[in-house]
Amino acid sequence: MSSSEVGKEGVRGERPGREAQIGKGLRGRGRRGGRRGGRGEKAMVPEAEFTSYYGKPILNPPVWKSLDIAGYFFLGGLAGAGSVLAAGAQLTGRPAAARALKISSLAAIGGSTAALVHDLGRPERFYNMLRVMKPTSPMSVGSWLLAAYGPAAGAAAALEVTGLFPRLGRAATAGAAVLGPAVAAYTAVLAADTAVPAWHEAYRELPFVFVGSAAAAAAGMALVAAPVRENAPMRTAAVFGAGLELAAAKLLERRAGLAAEPYGRGRSGAYMRAGEVLSAAGTAGCVLLGGRSRAAAALSGAALLASSACTRFGVFHAGVQSAEDPKYTVVPQRERLATRGTAAAS
Amino acid sequence: MGFFTDTSVCIGCKACEVACKEWNAVPEDGLEFTGMSYDNTQGLGADTWRHVAFIEQSKPIGQNETGVEHGAAPDASGMRWLMASDVCKHCTHAACLDVCPTGSLFRTEFGTVVVQEDICNGCGYCVPACPYGVIDQRKGDGRAWKCTLCYDRIGVGQEPACAKACPTDSIQFGPLDELRERAALRVDQLHDLGVEDARLYGHDPDDGVGGDGAFFLLLDEPEVYGLPPDPVVTTRDLPSMWRHAGVAAAALLGGLAAVFTAHGREGGAR
Repeated sequence: MSSSEVGKEGVRGERPGREAQIGKGLRGRGRRGGRRGGRGEKAMVPEAEFTSYYGKPILNPPVWKSLDIAGYFFLGGLAGAGSVLAAGAQLTGRPAAARALKISSLAAIGGSTAALVHDLGRPERFYNMLRVMKPTSPMSVGSWLLAAYGPAAGAAAALEVTGLFPRLGRAATAGAAVLGPAVAAYTAVLAADTAVPAWHEAYRELPFVFVGSAAAAAAGMALVAAPVRENAPMRTAAVFGAGLELAAAKLLERRAGLAAEPYGRGRSGAYMRAGEVLSAAGTAGCVLLGGRSRAAAALSGAALLASSACTRFGVFHAGVQSAEDPKYTVVPQRERLATRGTAAAS
Repeated sequence: MGFFTDTSVCIGCKACEVACKEWNAVPEDGLEFTGMSYDNTQGLGADTWRHVAFIEQSKPIGQNETGVEHGAAPDASGMRWLMASDVCKHCTHAACLDVCPTGSLFRTEFGTVVVQEDICNGCGYCVPACPYGVIDQRKGDGRAWKCTLCYDRIGVGQEPACAKACPTDSIQFGPLDELRERAALRVDQLHDLGVEDARLYGHDPDDGVGGDGAFFLLLDEPEVYGLPPDPVVTTRDLPSMWRHAGVAAAALLGGLAAVFTAHGREGGAR
């Protein structure tokens, strides 16, 4: 194609001058009908479970740094659910818990935004995130969500601490409480909207794992920071969050098939198991002793916070592990093709 | 506009890799000896926009017979060598483009998918979104890079550098309709010659990514070449993902509201 001319309408000029006739020559020799595999060659080793190119991954694994992105998932959840708890505490006359949660939500959302910017390859261009609004990009949606939630959480905390403009403070608290659950849940879509098998195949359960984990973390923060007399609803919230997280995670592992395997293996498996143990300990601790002892409540709260962080790191690493092994990409796709083939044949 | 890569005539010369690097000023992508046949490039990435795969199999191609005496080598007679030049698929439904939060990735007037490097802030979202493992973040630079289908060349009436350099016309560039027609004829021809393994990959506009802008004629299953057998654009499930997340967010808000309702005001019930 040395003398072709290319335009928007197509190529003008030369076409390939010849078609190489590979395999041409000994026509008819060794040919046995049209049956696949009937080409007369010796049977090879029994077919492997799946084939790959030298074991190389098919996907390019995420380039995200675990501390930044898993940390972002954790802090975003802590902030979002914390804003809901703060509004609830304020409405039901628990001012110390409300104040502590508003401050923790501001700190968490600040930290998570910093982690996000830090993870960028070009942090100085972070403002390009608000260049467009794209519902097909969970990261774009999330950026706009943070742009709305961040100032609300910030105003709620600042006005609470300074005591200025109480009416505006209540509005900011309510606004943060409404946007908070979205901040806690959207990060699951952020992970699921990729080709990474352990994340994508878990897209139904992952939002529930994330909001459950977020509720447990925020309740844990309240148990750490608020006095015992105000923490009764926080203990119930911890049970609700931990229960939702556990149930959704178990459902995920049952339903997602091979793609769920990484959640029980390697680094991810270790984080997930640590998360479950810490969650059980924190929940039991706060239910049994959290209403009596300040120290026990704080300790249980810390366990719940650590549990939530472990779950997020576990989910993050499960994704990386599933992207790094071609098995998780090839085998489910092969099964899908086989099912479709059977359906088409019948 | 797109590519049809006929791997049955690829001779593994890597002229496409070199031409691509030269034209696009793509940096060095690591000097490693992998032991993977003649492939030391390994796969597509930020600094590898064309990648020639080398596969050694003990299978003959059709009734191919070289007439060369292999002597005592036990399996040499049934050996075949597959070579294939891989590239960005420029999907009709491109996940990288869908998930890009800055609008840096866009679809050109030629139907190709290109990164605007002056916009990209290196968020890295496109990297795990790509079902083929094509686009990647360049170390030290921070931005995402991939094949542009030589946007600058086709814009001025030149074919892409790799297609231009390919000495066997394994890489063919042109309008997709025409390439698909040509590819179908080529598969028929190969089947007639007894090369029953020949099949097209990525040519079907009804597949999971709406058809590839760069499709292939392969001589074995796609995964043998490091390609996914049935890729699906992740954003196909996005409406359902948003619904699930919406229900989860509502459950969080409702659940916690119920908790406070049950407990009532401080000093009240329980």
